[in-house]
Amino acid sequence: MIAIIDTGTGNLFNIQKVSGGEITDDIATIENADKIIFPGVGSFPFVIDKIKPFRNTLVKKIRDGTPYLGICLGLEVLFESSEEGKGSGLSIFNGSIKKLTEGRIPHIGWDTVNILKNSKLFSGIKNNTYFYFLHSYYSPVNPYTVSTTEYGNVISSSIEYKNVFGVQFHPEKSGKDGIKILKNFRDGI
Amino acid sequence: MLAKRIIGALDIKNGKVVKGIKFQDVKTIDDPVVLSKKYENDGMDELVFLDIFATNENRDITYNLISRVAENINIPFTVGGGVDSIEKVHKIIRLGADKVFINTFALANPEIIKKVSYEIGSSNLVIAIDAKFNGKYYEVYSNSGSIPKNINAVEWAKTVENYGAGEILLTSIDNDGTKSGYDNELIKIVSENVNIPVIASGGAGSPEDFCSAFKSGADACLAGSVFHYNIYTANEIKNYLKECGLNVRI
Repeated sequence: MIAIIDTGTGNLFNIQKVSGGEITDDIATIENADKIIFPGVGSFPFVIDKIKPFRNTLVKKIRDGTPYLGICLGLEVLFESSEEGKGSGLSIFNGSIKKLTEGRIPHIGWDTVNILKNSKLFSGIKNNTYFYFLHSYYSPVNPYTVSTTEYGNVISSSIEYKNVFGVQFHPEKSGKDGIKILKNFRDGI
Repeated sequence: MLAKRIIGALDIKNGKVVKGIKFQDVKTIDDPVVLSKKYENDGMDELVFLDIFATNENRDITYNLISRVAENINIPFTVGGGVDSIEKVHKIIRLGADKVFINTFALANPEIIKKVSYEIGSSNLVIAIDAKFNGKYYEVYSNSGSIPKNINAVEWAKTVENYGAGEILLTSIDNDGTKSGYDNELIKIVSENVNIPVIASGGAGSPEDFCSAFKSGADACLAGSVFHYNIYTANEIKNYLKECGLNVRI
């Protein structure tokens, strides 16, 4: 069973439809999950506050090797902190989330993804494919960066390390190619 | 490279698409989900559902529509029109909309922008500004363009940006529905004075109109009639924009 983490906001339907997962904020359900998808909508401090009841469970699951896919804020919370506000991230990775500084902010719309490394998530997806972005904060390039997107700043548009995957864009809003990403996570990992 | 966006607007009443129907072949398309799917397949980048809460008694139909769209459409969509409470904002997002736009609600209490922005994220909050040139400046109107507010649209745009709006949906009241082109002057002065994306709205009739709006500073162009009446598809507009030297997703 794939647990889709529910923080009380956000569109979880598309993700549920493609992944076949269960939308939940229940500790036992998260504990029993084979895979976890964390779609984040809201602000960093708001979401950090919302996940308090099951935060420890989530961290333990990720550290124990459960495949995890973070979408947008779900990627950002993997780091230690964010310039968006207070609250400690899950600290799976070192480093902090920065505010975009160039061009119009938020970075809204369809932008291309430059795939740097082989990734199971991008299996069957061509380089420079368009995906939908909707964010003001980003993870700078780090050892886990799998693809980048340039918007003044160089954004880690996806990260991957062992069982942990994150995408800054919204696959659930990115048409057929986005669905492919979700299916790759469901079937190929 | 970030693509210029084409946004299809769907006017909703009682859960159905409304527009004066002129063309036989789209006559039967009053189901927003069916029309949305067609738009998605024709290359639309985003959708906006307008005036969705114009009639309060049919709130359930409206909420049901949002979740149906969310389940069936794989491009982003924004919902707004008559959104007058935080509860509605949350419910709209909860049911699957990506962004909410508010207008009169924000004008009545600008501080609400800060609260909504914190709770749903700045990127998910669009402030709609309806403006009309009053001989001296572009004046903001509330209540679907009916009440002049004595506020300069440029100043209001700066304020909503400071308060946490993620995007501005800028409609020219004069040009809306005319198909005579966007108000490029309005687009220019607003987009030059804010750092958040500006969606141009009101007046789209031809591919050239889109091109000049983008060249005036718009980050996205919204249109209803040209798509609803099947005059152009999004991809047809985009092919022209590409020739026009703009970056689009094709």
